[in-house]
Amino acid sequence: MPQMKTFPRPMESNDQQNKPGHRGGLLLMLAVYSNPRLLSAVRGAVERLTETLGFSAVQCRSITRAVDEALANIIRHTYGNRFDQPIALYFRSAKRCQQGEIESGLEILICDRGRAIDMNTLRGRPLDQIRPGGLGLHWIRQAMDIVEFTRKGLTNQLRLVKYLAQTRNAA
Amino acid sequence: MQISTRRRDTATIFDVSGDIDFANSPEVRQSVLREIRKSRPARVIVNLRQVRYMDSSGVASLIEGLKASRDLGSRFILIGLSTSAREVLQLSRLIKVFEIYDNEEQALAA
Repeated sequence: MPQMKTFPRPMESNDQQNKPGHRGGLLLMLAVYSNPRLLSAVRGAVERLTETLGFSAVQCRSITRAVDEALANIIRHTYGNRFDQPIALYFRSAKRCQQGEIESGLEILICDRGRAIDMNTLRGRPLDQIRPGGLGLHWIRQAMDIVEFTRKGLTNQLRLVKYLAQTRNAA
Repeated sequence: MQISTRRRDTATIFDVSGDIDFANSPEVRQSVLREIRKSRPARVIVNLRQVRYMDSSGVASLIEGLKASRDLGSRFILIGLSTSAREVLQLSRLIKVFEIYDNEEQALAA
């Protein structure tokens, strides 16, 4: 049996307002190896979670797509198509207050221990060009409200946040 | 994911089912390109009715099929797009690049 790899842990995000009684607002954790055959399992989990949180069907599909594309990019670029490397996904509740309105949402942290990626070199291709490749990054940015990449030590972390439609602050 | 090929009139039809993602899009790409180059059909029809999910590598495979078809003077047609498949083509601004019909009869009659 191959040796179990240690899965990366998330870095702290600075705008997370934790709910009392919730440990960091954690909703779900997934630890997977960088095997493309496991992507469908992650998609299934993300789709069910986003449905549970009340996102619309279109948003559920777009968030699921964003996570799927992010994982495919990690496998392809960060891990260089090695299929036995650790990837950890942390799904946490998110909240922000904007102009007196409270918005709740979902924060997704995707952590890997692959090579460092210079985000400035990652650009989706211009959409007016008809050629394969370069679409995934566009889809991620179109789907999410926040897309941040951080490298700390040996860990890469992609932070994706999507907020639900606004709800009136009763306070 | 499963892909099968059949001939009807002057068309080669690919019936694809399941998810087209990073794990299996190379298989879709290879099957489509191999058959297009071997058979050189007048029409290439890709039936996506049973495809629930398609990622960017799946879209890339379709673009390669489209380009290979054009190079050989064939028409490359998509049929039976699911909501999800239609969404990704719209997001990528490719919905008008492909010839798209609801079903096989329309694609053959067009």
